[in-house]
This record gives sequence, structure tokens and C-alpha cells, in this order.
Amino acid sequence: MKKLSILLVTALLFLSLTGCCQRGGVETGSTVRLLNFKPEIASVYESIAKAYENETGVRLIVETAAANTYESTLTAKMATNEAPTIFQINGPRGYANWKDYCKNLEDSRIADIVTDEDLLLSTDEGVFGIPYVVEGYGIIYNDAIMRKFFALPDKKTQISSAQEITSFDSLKEVVEEMTQRKADLGIEGVFASTSLKPGEDWRWQTHLMNIPVHYEFSKNDINLETDEVANFNFEFAENYKKLFDLYLNNSVTDKKMLGAKITGDSMAEFALGKCAMVQNGNWGYSQIKEVGGNTVSAEDVKMMPIYMGIDDEDQGLCIGTEGYLSINKRADEAAQQAAEDFLYWLFSSETGKKYVTEGLGFITPFNTFSNDETPDDPLAREVVRWMNMEGVDTIPWDFVIFPSQVFKNNLGSNLLQYAQGTKDWSTVRDETVKDWKAESNR
Amino acid sequence: MKKYAPVFLLPLTLAFTVFFVIPFLGGLFLSFTEFTTVENASFVGINNYIKAFSEDTGFLNALWFTVKFTLVSVVTVNVFAFLLALLLTKSLKGVNFFRTVFFLPNLIGGIVLGYIWNVIINGVLSYFGVDITFSASYGFWGLVILMNWQMIGYMMIIYIAGLQSVDRGLIEAAHIDGANHVSALWHVTIPSLMPSITICTFLTLTNSFKLFDQNLALTGGAPGKETSMLALDIYDTFYGRIGWQGVGQAKAVVFFIIVALIALIQLNLTRSKEVEV
Repeated sequence: MKKLSILLVTALLFLSLTGCCQRGGVETGSTVRLLNFKPEIASVYESIAKAYENETGVRLIVETAAANTYESTLTAKMATNEAPTIFQINGPRGYANWKDYCKNLEDSRIADIVTDEDLLLSTDEGVFGIPYVVEGYGIIYNDAIMRKFFALPDKKTQISSAQEITSFDSLKEVVEEMTQRKADLGIEGVFASTSLKPGEDWRWQTHLMNIPVHYEFSKNDINLETDEVANFNFEFAENYKKLFDLYLNNSVTDKKMLGAKITGDSMAEFALGKCAMVQNGNWGYSQIKEVGGNTVSAEDVKMMPIYMGIDDEDQGLCIGTEGYLSINKRADEAAQQAAEDFLYWLFSSETGKKYVTEGLGFITPFNTFSNDETPDDPLAREVVRWMNMEGVDTIPWDFVIFPSQVFKNNLGSNLLQYAQGTKDWSTVRDETVKDWKAESNR
Repeated sequence: MKKYAPVFLLPLTLAFTVFFVIPFLGGLFLSFTEFTTVENASFVGINNYIKAFSEDTGFLNALWFTVKFTLVSVVTVNVFAFLLALLLTKSLKGVNFFRTVFFLPNLIGGIVLGYIWNVIINGVLSYFGVDITFSASYGFWGLVILMNWQMIGYMMIIYIAGLQSVDRGLIEAAHIDGANHVSALWHVTIPSLMPSITICTFLTLTNSFKLFDQNLALTGGAPGKETSMLALDIYDTFYGRIGWQGVGQAKAVVFFIIVALIALIQLNLTRSKEVEV
């Protein structure tokens, strides 16, 4: 009898356990699951979830991946019953990885309101990603320090304001004289530290690298959607080197010490007025603003294009997107529809738009937003100003077609070794070309 | 009572199956496939294993680096831990305080410890105008120091427990027979400590081999990939290239086999030296 009861109890226990495991499975249509890419805006999504549930009764569950862990979080979540119905992919390479999960959004309402069809992430088969935020980067400068420099009575350069810097040569002229006068200006260097710590080198191996890649492909009329992009010769390597040297030699930090610097250090140096310039994008404004003891006032934060001496006179900022939202086609029909409805609501309803411009701070590519519905931080305004400027060409974010993360990491560590003086430039250039080819063919 | 055995074993067997055997077999299966998440795998045979060894030199470099690191840190950790244990079993003032102090680093997480040492080492190296990413040997010794810092306290506790259970009478007898301190230590204390030595070398060996967070936080593999250890290399393969998840998985399987083999060999070797008292 005893034996029987023990058996019974254990059997029951495991029945209930396995029962637990099999439950769930089906997502009800009235829940939207979003896996958020940007930790800094997680709290805004919380309030959006509340507002959305109040308005429509649909539950929105937002989960956020910690910085730099989006792919791993997404990989783990996708295999569970609570897989996100809305997730982010970072362009064609991201799509290649997630194509089994991306729903075709060709006929959706949300694809309809995107201002420019070229912005959509599409292939011959359809539209698989909706861009939701447009961002721009360039050289951010502190106009107060620049004015102080231009007001020096015995300055040698003929240039008399930051607006007159329109080419690599004028940039170099100003920067090098500023370095000589850094004691008078109260700065430690013109440029913030070129952060080259592994994992913190994306401003150079991705953003800066975008410019030579863009010009090489556009000057040779290479169609970025074909396999021709597997051939990259780094034709503008010398231009890249010139500007990179300018960054290194006029920096706050000695170039042998850059392997320990992170992006946050650079932004703090800028915010504290230790330097006059830093290469970064409009997302960096929150980092500038939040530094304690910050000495930069909002109206002095300005941005100029990253001049490399290629086509300086026509060059604008690098503006584009690497955030595309996709809908999980493996979720059930109702959940997919709910996800679509939520996205449409967020980017077209009055409540949604208000959260987007004021809370999330996105410059969006949707025609539902009027001109005055843009975020009001100074860098976002700079991006909009450059985007609408006559006579300059915006450089798109071609780095979304860089062959792989391994390529970028290798370039980053090569740049670090170049800065430390343990690798010469021609080796860096040759290895970059070789890596591009090798990584493209995997 | 024997007839009840299956009943009592059932919960554990089930738990072991669900949480260990099934995931392990799943991982083994995935190493022969191309996949993004575990749901959409397609079979590619042993391609992943070929790629792991031929197309990508990172794995063999990481293996060699890991072996060097393991050899050095197993020796240093155990020697220092043993010496500390000897010292802290003498009747000194504040022995308990020192035991606690040496044990403390073990309670700090690997990532935090990695960052702390990153700051310390970079701070020292900055006097020479360089940082830890400058040369692979800086990273190597940085990792060895970090590993020692973290593991010594833990091993010391095990050695202390071992030392305290050594029969005083045996040592006294050795002294009466004319042994000095060194030969008493060598011929009496250490043989009776073999069980502790077995467990300590096992722990340091496997932990050094599997080191990941400290490696990630201290050097991140820099310069280049020269200081990537096996676990970090597997991680980078898994997430660094589109479509290479299967190769990362294949490397992980090879990694498992290596760790299991080394651990088994080591256990057998040291066990055979254990003495029954």
C-alpha cells in the first residue's frame, strides 16, 4: 500500500510538472510582445504600454535586451513560447540571419506610411523590415570653444567661424592650430579620446569606415544589392588614415593609451569641456546632457560632416537607419495582426506620435509626422537641418552591408594596433581588404 | 529496501534527463546543423567541424593560449594556496580574519573582477605609456594574476580543511624517527593531503580551461584575438558571423570533449597517489 501511494504521488507530481511544460504555447491575439533594442528608452516603453492598453485594451509586453546583447537575447527568446512578435533587425545582414522569422509587410498599413520606399528593408520577395528611426552622425563640436578660438587676436588661420570649415584641409588647419593653443582655450585636446577598447570601437570600424566604403562603391557604380560588394579595395585608405591620424594626434589622450577608452569616456570629456570635438551621432546627446558638472550648453552643441578629403564640398552628415522592425511570422495570425496594429498606432495616432517625439526622441521616416513633430534636442535638430540643407548629399549608412561582425572587430583591433604603433598602415589596409573578401565569402 | 530504489531515483533521473541529458543531446545535434534558433535547424553533416578547424584559425590559437594559461595557473594557484594554508594553520593571531580576507575575492563575480583588474593593470601600465591591449603577454599575465587572486582563497580553504585532518601523531612519529620539518611535510603531510590535492587541481584545471567572463572583461581577446580563450572564441564564433552558429556549436562540442578528457585523466592520476590511512 505504502509503495503504491509513493508511486502515485511521484506519478502525480510529474504529470503536473510535464503538464506545466506543455501549457502556454499559443499566444493569444490580444498581446503584443516587443523586444526593445535600446536600454536607454526602456522606461518610455513602459508608459507607452500603459497608454496603449488604456486606449485599445491590448496588452503590450516590452522586454529590453541589455546593451550589446540584442542578438543573443533574441536568439534565446525566439525559441520560447514567449517569443517576441515585434523584433529588430539591423539591415540586410540581420535579415539574412532572421529570414525564417520575418513576415512580409509589403501590403501592411505600416509600410504604407514610410516616406521613402528606399528606406524599407526589402528584397525581390517583399518588405521585411520597417525603419523606425533615422539617425545621423558627424563631428559634434562645442561652438563656445570654437568661438573662443576664432576670437583669439593672434590666430594665424584665415578661417573665422566653425561654419567655414567645409573641407578636410580647413578642418586640419583649424584643429592643428587649436592644439598649439590648447592652453589658451582651456582644453586638453581638440578631439575626445578615440575609444578603441574592444567592443567600444564601433565609431571607427563602423561609422568612420562607412565613408570610404560609401565613396568607393558609389564612384564605381556598384549596386549594393548584388554580390559585387564582395570586392572592396579600400581605395580611399589614405583619406581614412589622414583623418584618423588627425583624431589621434590632436586628442585628449595619448595614442598608446586608447585601448582602455570607452565611448562614454569620450562623451564625458566633451561634456566637461576638456575637448572641442567628438565624432558621434545624435543619440549621444543624452550622454552629454547627463554628465555631472557638464559645461556645454545645449545651443552650443553643433554637428559638421566628417570631412575626409574625398568630396568635401558636397558632403553632408551620415544619415540612415540600422533599426528595422520586423514582425515574427511564426507567431499566430492574430498576434501578427495585433503587432501590426500596434506599430501603426504608435507611428500614426496622436498619442503614439507624442510618445515617439517627446519620449523616445526619434526622428522618424513616417509621413504621419509633420515638420514640427521632431524631437527638440540640439543634435536631432542638427540632423534635421543637414538633412534638409540644399546642395549637400547625405551619406547613407552603407555599413549595414559590411560583411560581418568579425570583419568589424578585426578592423577595430587593427586600428588599435596602428594607434599603438605596432602595425603599420599598409598592413592595416591590406588586412582590411583581405578580411572583407574572406568574410564576404563565408 | 532495494525494490524502492527506482522510486527514489526517479525524481533525480528525470531532472537529470530534462535539464542535462536532453539539452546536451540537443547541442550535439545542433553541431551538425545550420541554424539561427534551435527551431529552424537544417542538417549539414560534419561541415561545421571542418570549418572550425580549417577556415578559422582562431580556434587553434585559442586552444594553445588556453593550454598555456591553464598550465601556469594550475601550478601557481595550488602552490600559493597550499603555502597560505600552511601559514594559516599555524597558531597566529587573527588567523580567522586572514582566512576570510583571502577567501573574499572568490565571492566577487567574474565580470566585476575583470573590470576591476582591467582598471588596476591599466593604471600601472599607464606609467609606461601603454595599456593591457598593447601585447598579448600583458593580457596573459593579467589573466594569471586575476585567476590567482580569485581562486587562491577557495583552494586555501580546502587545503586548510585537509591539513587540519592530518593525524598529528603521524607527524610526531616522523619527528621522533628523525625527520626534519621539510621531510615530514614532504613524506607525511602531503601524501595524507592527496584527496585535497585531487579536488583542488580538478577545480583549478577545469575552471581555468573554461574561463570566460574574466577573459571577456579583462582583455576581450585584444590585441586582435591573441588573448581569446576557448570559451570566448566559441562565443565570438556563435554571434560574430551570420550563419556560423553551427560552427560555434561544433567548437563547443570539441571543447566539451577536451575538458572531459583532461579532467578524467587528471582525476585518475591524482587518485592513484591517494593513500588510505
